[in-house]
Parts: sequence; C-alpha cells; structure tokens
Amino acid sequence: MRLIEAIRSAFSAIAANALRSLLTMLGIVIGVAAVIAMVAIGSGARNLVDRQIRSLGANLAIVTPGNVTQGGARLGAGAASSLTDEDAHAIRREVDGVVAAAPFVQGGVQVVAGGSNWGTRIYGIDLDWFSAREWDVATGRTFDPEEVRRGDIVILLGQTVARNLFGEDDPIGQNVRVRNVPFRVIGVMASKGQSAFGQDQDDVVFVPLDAGRRRVIGRNYAKDGSVGSIFVKFANESDIEPGIESMTELLRQRHRIIGYQEDDFSIRNLTEIANTASASANTLSMLLAAVAAVSLLVGGIGIMNIMLVSVTERTREIGLRLAVGARPRDIRSQFLIEATTLSTLGGALGIGLGAGAAYLVAQLAGWPSLVSTNAILIAVGFSALVGIFFGFYPAQRAAKLDPIEALRRE
Amino acid sequence: MALIETRDLRRVYDLDAGRVVALDGVSLDIEQGDFVAVMGPSGSGKSTFMNLVGCLDRPSGGQYRLAGTEVESLDADGLAHLRNREIGFVFQQFNLLPRIDALSNVELPMIYAGFDRKVRRECALQALGRVGLAERAHHRPMQLSGGQQQRVAIARALVNSPSLLLADEPTGALDSRTAKEILGLFQELNREGATIVLVTHDADVGRHARRLIRFRDGRVIEDHRQTPVDARDLAAEAAE
Repeated sequence: MRLIEAIRSAFSAIAANALRSLLTMLGIVIGVAAVIAMVAIGSGARNLVDRQIRSLGANLAIVTPGNVTQGGARLGAGAASSLTDEDAHAIRREVDGVVAAAPFVQGGVQVVAGGSNWGTRIYGIDLDWFSAREWDVATGRTFDPEEVRRGDIVILLGQTVARNLFGEDDPIGQNVRVRNVPFRVIGVMASKGQSAFGQDQDDVVFVPLDAGRRRVIGRNYAKDGSVGSIFVKFANESDIEPGIESMTELLRQRHRIIGYQEDDFSIRNLTEIANTASASANTLSMLLAAVAAVSLLVGGIGIMNIMLVSVTERTREIGLRLAVGARPRDIRSQFLIEATTLSTLGGALGIGLGAGAAYLVAQLAGWPSLVSTNAILIAVGFSALVGIFFGFYPAQRAAKLDPIEALRRE
Repeated sequence: MALIETRDLRRVYDLDAGRVVALDGVSLDIEQGDFVAVMGPSGSGKSTFMNLVGCLDRPSGGQYRLAGTEVESLDADGLAHLRNREIGFVFQQFNLLPRIDALSNVELPMIYAGFDRKVRRECALQALGRVGLAERAHHRPMQLSGGQQQRVAIARALVNSPSLLLADEPTGALDSRTAKEILGLFQELNREGATIVLVTHDADVGRHARRLIRFRDGRVIEDHRQTPVDARDLAAEAAE
C-alpha cells in the first residue's frame, strides 16, 4: 500500500474518532507547546542578555579604587582616589590582550540649555572609552585627540539628554552650561537602551577627562591625574582571567603594595555578571525541557494505549484486510502511520499553542520571545518519533494477528 | 490440470487438551468453472478445509496446489499475494469496513495489489455494476440492506478477477428471499465462468451447486456430481 493511501486512511480513522483522537493528542500537544514556548522564551531571554552584554561592551573588566580608612572608619570600595591616568596607560601598555583601557571620572550634574535644564550623570573620558564600551556617536563627531589632551570644553550628549534639552532640534553646535561652564555640543551618542539593571544608559553626557576633572567634578580628583575607575577591554574572553592577574600584579607594583598588604583597588570581570544571567536563563530552559520531555513521554504512552485499543476494536477489519491480500507489513505500516499521524498532528497543534503562549508571554511580561524554525523542525521531528516509538508495539501486535482468528472475533 | 489439487491434506491442532485432527487426509481436485458446495456438521473439518483452500492457514501435512502454485511452501507474504490475486472471499457477516463507502470497500483488494486510484475506481465501479449496485457506490454499509451489503462484498471479491470465489455461509445472515437472490447471483457468476466453492449447512443451498462434497470427522464422506461442469442449463435444472 502506498504511503499517501496510508496517510489518507489514517486521517479518516482519526476523524472517525475525533474526540478520542483529540484527547489522545493532548499529551503531545502540551509537550510540544512547552518545547516551543521554552525555546522561544529561552532564546528571547538569551538574546536580551546578549544585547545587554553588548550594550555594556563585551570582554570587559572594571578596575575601581579600594577603600580608605579615615580615623578608624573604613569608607568602602571606591572611596580611595588611588587610580590615575598613568595606571590606565600602564595597563594598556603592559597587559597582554588589552585592547583598550578607559579611565573615567563621573558625577551628577545639572545641564542647562537656554530655558530648560536636566539632571544627569556626567562622565569625563578619554578616547579609549568609545572602543571599550563599543559606543559611538549617532550624529556629529567624537572628541579628537587634541581636545582630549587639552581638556577642551566640548560635550557629547546621550539621546535622553538631547531629547530633554533640545526636543526635536539639532543640538550640535549649541552651547550647554554645566556648573556655569559653557560646553559646546559636538555630537549626540547612539542609543544604548536599558542596562542589565534597568538603568537608562542614554541619560548621560560625556566631556574630555581633564575638562571633567578640572571644571566639573573636582572633589577627590583634585589630585592631578587621579580617575574614578578604569574600564579595561580585552580582545578575547579567554584573555580576561590572566589579564586580571597581571593587572593586579602591575597595580600592586605601581602603588607600592607589598606582601600581605591589602590591595587599594579591586578588579571585577563584567562578563561574569552576564554569564550568571545567561546561566539562570539556561536553568529555566532545562527545567522547561524536563517538563516537555515528561509530557511527551506521557503523551506517547497515551498514544500507545489508544492504538492498542484501536487494534483490539478493529481486529475484524485487520482480519478482512489480511484476507483480501494485505501483507503483515502492510498492516504494521497502516497502524504505525496512524500513530505517527496522530502524534504529528498533535505536534502541529502544539506548535500553534506554544507559539501563541510565547507571544502572550512576550506581550504580557515584556520578555522578548523568538519562535525559531529550528525549534519547529525539532518539535515536529520529536512528535513524529514519539508516534513511531510508541506506535510500534501496537502496530506489531496488529501485524501478528492470525487472519482466521481475527475474522472470527466479534 | 485442476484449479485446486489437494493431496492427503492434513491439519492438526496441538491444544492443551491434546491433539485435535481437524482434517485427516483430504485429496480432492476441483476443476475450473465448477460450483462446489461443501457441507457437513460443525466440527466436520469443512471450515478448516476452507481456511486451507483460502490460503489463510497452512496445512500440517500433504500438498495443496492452487492454480499451479504449491501453497504449502509459501511464507506469510506469499500467501497474502496469492489471496490477493487468486481468491475472492465472501463471508457470512459481509465484513465490510463501516467507515468507508461501498466503492472504497470494493477497491480494498486493489489497493493491496498496487493499482493506482484511477484504475481502482474504474474497476470497482464495474464490479459494483456487475452485482447491480452501481448507483449505490457512495452509500456506506450501514445505509444498505443485508442483501445489498452482501452484493458489495461479492463485488469486492470479484474486483481483482480472482480464479476462485470462496464463500463461507454467504446466505447465513439473510432472509430466505434475499438468500435466493444472492444464490442466483452466484449461479450467474458461475455460468460466466467463475469457479466457486461455497460452504453451507443449508441443504437447499447445497442443491444449487454442480457438485456437493460432504465432510465428517475431517474426511470426505460424500462427493456427488449433481451437474456436469460444462452444463449451461443449471438454472433450469435447479428450478425443477
């Protein structure tokens, strides 16, 4: 018997018991829906994490000053102003695999433009910042090396700041005042969106490092050449761990810290934070996959059960088919195809349901989801496999029936 | 050469209660074009004989040739092929598939013979026409009377043009008038050249055949030629 005939006859057998078939498929439907939703939400989450890693800049470590002790009170990490431009330059020069080392200072300021003003964070940066954070201007230009060297009073606005101060107008060439110092706007940064922690990364302005240190932030950076923190970007992820070790050694030397003395700085691997996030997304995926596997298993057993019932109910039909010339293998493939059609149909329904669920989650929870063709192919393949696996035993039983016995059965 | 040749055909069942000899050395020849009624009380071995002749079962001993093929040496697939091509079955309970219409039921043997859809439709319609049911082709079995259902079953038996029609109590589930019609149809088919072997315990049905074979205790106890195979006026004789 040809495949197309067998599939047609399988469909008519399924349609003949529509409700029973639907209930039988339910296990597969739920299993496949879980797989589809899992993969969609999982890859959506991974996408989100990837984007956040990229928005921070990949393969990044941050060097922050350590604590200082004043009159017995330890002031906490970052309180010391122990890092300098020179530390950053030394890291760039001497540590293997470092692509950029971007020292920066930061503070909160009120930016005034004409009649409007906006409170935001200001960063004093040098040219390495742009490569370390993989961040460029959307319009205008970044600082040129001379501006950075001289500490010129030019400024780059984040998207949020530009919008709040200038609305739809082009801010480039305009002046804004920060702490009464007039800065000329030379560019607007590209949008970065939210950080991994929900902060608006576009609510920010940038000035050359020295301009920030001398004219705006002052404070602890009074001591010439000291910086708040240093972003260090590595070429490869595998460079980060050894890089951190040699940076630690380098900075201890430069800061003349010996023996068991505590570091006056700390270095954190930012990629690890992102990895933790993606690891928890993976754990969630694994959990859903386990649920899906159990559901597919239960669905498969349901199919086996109903196929056994069907073989018993249709014993006379099997006997008749054998009598008119069906070979045992024709009977086997008939029931196998019926089971596979049942499970594949369930799989198709599950794909629809899963995609719908993923879409709903995306809409309600604001969690991005992605239904991939791969996931669909895998789901269809798996449900067909379940049908073949669990359909085989009933089909084999049907094929082994004795035609005389089968015809005599009531 | 006879269409059916059996030589010392035996069938022994090994049951828990011991060995049961259902068929104890049957040697028969059945000619092409004959109409044979097989009779006997239940347990006489006539059903066992029919199952062997129908290639549904394999003998424990002896030889069986159907249309020149040595049946006892065939495997399950070989038997299936022979049933498909050489034998048309008609059962007491019709055994039509309830979910599909008459035409599709008639097509069934051709599906396993590997014909494509168009050829099948054509032949099945022709066979339905032969039994007088062409206009009922798209009725389901439940929408047909018992006699009509048996006609559909006969059309199904004819559709692959087999060399042997094997009927097991074909009138057993029908009222006497319908039974007579069906019997008439068998006789008509026989006059057109079909070889028919029919199992019955109805003596009246047995009288309509050209030859009557009676079984008891697994043996042939009577083999009576009622009408020559080449006689053309069977209906007239039967009417007497």
